Amino acid sequence: MSTDTLTTGPGAPAGAGSTPPPTYRTPRRRLSAGRVGALLALVVLAVTWLLPFAWAVVTSLKSEASAGATPVSWIPADGFQLDAFTSVLSEGNIPRWTFNSILTAVAITAITVIISALAGYAFSRLDFRGRRWLFALIIASIVVPPQVLIVPLFYQMLALNMVDTYWGIILPQVIAPAMVFILKKFFDQIPVELEDAARMDGASRMRVFTSIVVPLSQPILAAVSIFVFIGAWNNFLWPFIVTNDSSLMTLPVGLQTVKSAYGVQYAQNMASALLAAAPLIIVFLFFQRQIIKGIATTGFGGK
Amino acid sequence: MSTETARGKVSLAGASLAAGRPGLAARLSRDNRTGWAFAAPFLVFFTLFLVWPIVHGFYLSFTGQTLTGAGGELVGLANYTEAFQDPVMWRSLGNTALFTVLSTIPLVLVALVLALLVDLGIPGQWLWRLSFFMPFLLASTVVALFWTWLYNPQLGLINAMLEPFGVEPIAWLQDERWAMLAVTATTLWWTVGFNFLLYLAALQNIPEQQFEAAAIDGAGRWRQLFSITIPQLGPTTALIVILQIIASLKVFDQFYMMTQGGPNGTTRPIVQYMFETGFTGYRFGYSSAISYIFFAVIVIISLVQIRLTSRRSV
Repeated sequence: MSTDTLTTGPGAPAGAGSTPPPTYRTPRRRLSAGRVGALLALVVLAVTWLLPFAWAVVTSLKSEASAGATPVSWIPADGFQLDAFTSVLSEGNIPRWTFNSILTAVAITAITVIISALAGYAFSRLDFRGRRWLFALIIASIVVPPQVLIVPLFYQMLALNMVDTYWGIILPQVIAPAMVFILKKFFDQIPVELEDAARMDGASRMRVFTSIVVPLSQPILAAVSIFVFIGAWNNFLWPFIVTNDSSLMTLPVGLQTVKSAYGVQYAQNMASALLAAAPLIIVFLFFQRQIIKGIATTGFGGK
Repeated sequence: MSTETARGKVSLAGASLAAGRPGLAARLSRDNRTGWAFAAPFLVFFTLFLVWPIVHGFYLSFTGQTLTGAGGELVGLANYTEAFQDPVMWRSLGNTALFTVLSTIPLVLVALVLALLVDLGIPGQWLWRLSFFMPFLLASTVVALFWTWLYNPQLGLINAMLEPFGVEPIAWLQDERWAMLAVTATTLWWTVGFNFLLYLAALQNIPEQQFEAAAIDGAGRWRQLFSITIPQLGPTTALIVILQIIASLKVFDQFYMMTQGGPNGTTRPIVQYMFETGFTGYRFGYSSAISYIFFAVIVIISLVQIRLTSRRSV
């Protein structure tokens, strides 16, 4: 990309003599050397980023014999086939693990969003005693790495008889101090007058919350839900620690056991990995815009 | 804590009974009960699964507790003195530090470059976003399966692609010289899409007028990039760097799955050592002490970062 191609006016009709002041943002329709360079760079990068997916798909469509054959080839000698998928689906536990993942991720998301929104509202609007130091405590707890808690949490699960239960997977994952913070910030911006009118008419706080605040907060609630759901769906360490029973495992944990069980069955390994990856990617393809927006708005508070 | 939450529960029933138009004092006390009622569900879980484990873990770190229940007595600072003299602990901490440096730099820079390229508005926006962000949607297990296969010394695609250039097959995950870099590269592929999205959102918030003004003053595109875009992204960059350092310090999954900490412990991060002493060695007390050393490192780094960034914004 050379400097002068970058300074040419973008919006101007091609060939116009006096171009208006160039703007950085406007999409440029004209092909300049700079844009061709950028396009090439993007194509190379995108291909690099998609390559591992492509290789996994191709491997999963091979027979085990040709997946393990040298020289490495994109096109198998014995043709493409679905054997790896059929054997993984018929022998393995993948449908069960998918069910467990959906169940636990949905429960974690629902509980997290509900309790965080209620708490966020309390911290935003209700002047209860101890509010300040409690909020400070919750903010401070954002720095606690969940990994630090695994040993005492496991103890807690033993004490509560929750090892190898769905509740044992779900409950420790519902605390998201960062989400309480994000929701409180959002509620702070809603004009109080909107609620006051309803309160004058005798509506209870809960009524005001569910009929005024929640509808106004749908974008942020969606964003938080998306963020929490992706995290819960992909979480490995905690479910790995708290489940031994294969029928209770979530997809990431179950796959880890498959990896060792299948050993050198590369096609089946890739088929399992793709089956585990598929649900979230399909959801993403449908809701790409909302998910990207959700990540962007919650990103800084989470992670 | 327990009395407070109990009060919260009681007031849940009480709040709905309250009626009429109360005076200020009554309203405040009603706010008090309602506030606790709203916060109660979160606070219950917060106490059970965060506050209490932190306190309990701290206590455990001063005991010889094992999984079998034996050794629960207090041992003073023995776990901490052992940890500070444990070469594996230091080595694991060093591995985590090395990974944090190696991963944070490209995870910020590559994210910035990707976002700047996509923000030029070249057609195919959804495809670019999809390509760079899709890996972030994968579970660590899936990432590890993909990349262990790509890195396979005999059958892997990467060695096959390098072969025409005369590169001898490399045992990426088994060779001490490559294992750390290989897992770092995998991490870059996996998580850069997240930082990329944050940068992209920030880029779209830069006011258009600034570029127009600069253009009128005769600033070229590259000039605009370095004198407007990058400075405007300053706060975003600071935040991304902070989040990325903290995230990298917590690394565990990909190393545990791809190298199991090997070869010779050169890729064992501190979280894996914590996990192993606790759940393979069953030494809960010792594992808790290591957890708290790690926790202290995270807190110190967070405080330093908060200091640095708040000073910059003043």
